[in-house]
Amino acid sequence: MTNNLIILPVMLQFTLAIVLLFFCKRIAAQKIISIAGSIVAVVIAVGLFRQVYEKSILTMQAGNWKAPFGITFVADTFSTTMILLASLSALAVAVFSTVSIKRARMKFGYFPSFHFLIMGLNGAFLTGDIFNLYVWFEVIIISSFVFITLGGKKVQIEGAVKYFTLNFLASMIFLTAIAVLYGLAGSLNMADLSGKIQTIKNQGVVQVIAILFLVGFGIKSAIFPLYFWLPDSYHTPQAAISSIFAGLLTKVGIYALLRVFSLVFIPDDFMKTLVVILGGLTLFSGGLGALVQTNMRKMFSYMIVCHIGYMIGGIGMFTAAALSGAVFYLIHDIIVKTNLFLAGGLIYKINGEVNMKRMGSMYEQYPALSLLVAVPLFSLIGVPPLSGFWPKINLMSESFVTGNYYLLGCIIFGSFITLFVITRFWSEVFWKKREALARKPYIRYFDQMSRSQKTFLITPIVFLSIISLYIGLGAENIFRLSNHIAAELVDTSTYIDAVLGAATTNVTP
Amino acid sequence: MEIILAIIVGLLYASGIYLMLRRSLVKLVVGLVLLGNGVNLLIFLLGGLVRGKPPIIPAMDRVLGEIYADPVPQALILTAIVISFGMQSFAIVLIKRTYIVLGTDDMDEIHTTEEEDD
Repeated sequence: MTNNLIILPVMLQFTLAIVLLFFCKRIAAQKIISIAGSIVAVVIAVGLFRQVYEKSILTMQAGNWKAPFGITFVADTFSTTMILLASLSALAVAVFSTVSIKRARMKFGYFPSFHFLIMGLNGAFLTGDIFNLYVWFEVIIISSFVFITLGGKKVQIEGAVKYFTLNFLASMIFLTAIAVLYGLAGSLNMADLSGKIQTIKNQGVVQVIAILFLVGFGIKSAIFPLYFWLPDSYHTPQAAISSIFAGLLTKVGIYALLRVFSLVFIPDDFMKTLVVILGGLTLFSGGLGALVQTNMRKMFSYMIVCHIGYMIGGIGMFTAAALSGAVFYLIHDIIVKTNLFLAGGLIYKINGEVNMKRMGSMYEQYPALSLLVAVPLFSLIGVPPLSGFWPKINLMSESFVTGNYYLLGCIIFGSFITLFVITRFWSEVFWKKREALARKPYIRYFDQMSRSQKTFLITPIVFLSIISLYIGLGAENIFRLSNHIAAELVDTSTYIDAVLGAATTNVTP
Repeated sequence: MEIILAIIVGLLYASGIYLMLRRSLVKLVVGLVLLGNGVNLLIFLLGGLVRGKPPIIPAMDRVLGEIYADPVPQALILTAIVISFGMQSFAIVLIKRTYIVLGTDDMDEIHTTEEEDD
């Protein structure tokens, strides 16, 4: 079904970013526009999601060029779910950053870049064209470069060098893969490629392209041998910024992997084994990395790497149930990682410290807040019935069924390490008695803030925790959704018909 | 022509990656530039080279009759050039800033572990 309104999430963010540029020195106006715009974005995302989930896949042919020739935008259940999650996280982060980001940084274009970043994410989720996906990836990383250098401190610049180099390299590998793919298949439309790729005689080159895509997306989503840039750069920007990075930037890589590997390159046994091994090693090495960190935010960064492994493992098994588990984990992870980094920012504002050894007594000072922060932490471990529990069960049972006992071991190991790390974090930060530290003059501590500022810091965490609780307690609904998405990923005929079929019925010469 | 281009693409990739592996930040950026150009040439090469046949429909015809140059790779390269231009200018500003803040362009020196923040 053709519907031009599906581009609305992209256009809204684009308009917001442009409007915000006109208010570049008026911080209060920027805050109001950004929050109001983010609320509208959530409303639009919910509307689009309901439309697609209950009715059918929507498509839009840019400039009314017929499907394999022009750029197609496709809103299927998977992409609209991702847009919904991105909008929810963006709303929370927008509210949180009104207080946590310094005024000077806001004057240098924090909010416009923020909306450009969300625009890039929405575009990447909606596009049905592989080159267009590359362009959206570039929109995302250009905006994230602004974020990671905003403030220009020494650690930030160092983080930015690593972040920039690896992301640029990933883009170049991605583009190389597109070049070879276009040379081979002569098309860029993913639905069209899906049919064409099987008719190619030289399947060896197809494998090479698939590996190039795996490496390109693998760097972006931080899978095992390619993740080293992430823990070295994600802890450097502000808490609000790293929460949007943690929640969405690595996940867009996972989204692209799921898309490309379900639609264009159907993994064969070699590919499945490779991806499963990479998933297991990601779980293993990310977990070990988290174990040795005393810096709270570096530890969280390693947790991102560790938990990417669950989704990679799910993609590697490539059965409907495993993909459903991976998608469920993706849904859970976006919300919980955003929330975790926001909570990290809050803990930082309370303690003025990122080293866990020097923190403490938080439960004594703020018992209610501690319980609130416990929600994302326990969801991350997967304490039943919170949200991390259900996809893990699914992935574990599926690795039994497919006989991937190695992956099963890694999943259990990863969960155990997460449990251990979070328990240690809890006892260090919340239960341990803290010696009084000298206050740093340049930090605005939590207890020096006004009541409204405190509310702005805590509300987003409450908001995301409620969503997290819903994902855990209403797991039945989420499972129905993730099964639906997995069915669409395994049987891509509805997607292909929606893209290519729409072109044949919608000819206006 | 294809052979020459293939060799040039290979050289650009090889020298780009070699320069990226060096320790100097300036060489890193030069490497990125070369790599970007290599990718653009690769798109051009794999899109198929056709000499002197622009994809323009003659005034009296309605469709293209003979073999013509595929316009899609050219559109892709144009987009990729614009993007890599933006990336490269960012990279140059970034290394300048890095040099001012750190006083070095040796990447082995980039390992501050101090926990400064605000």
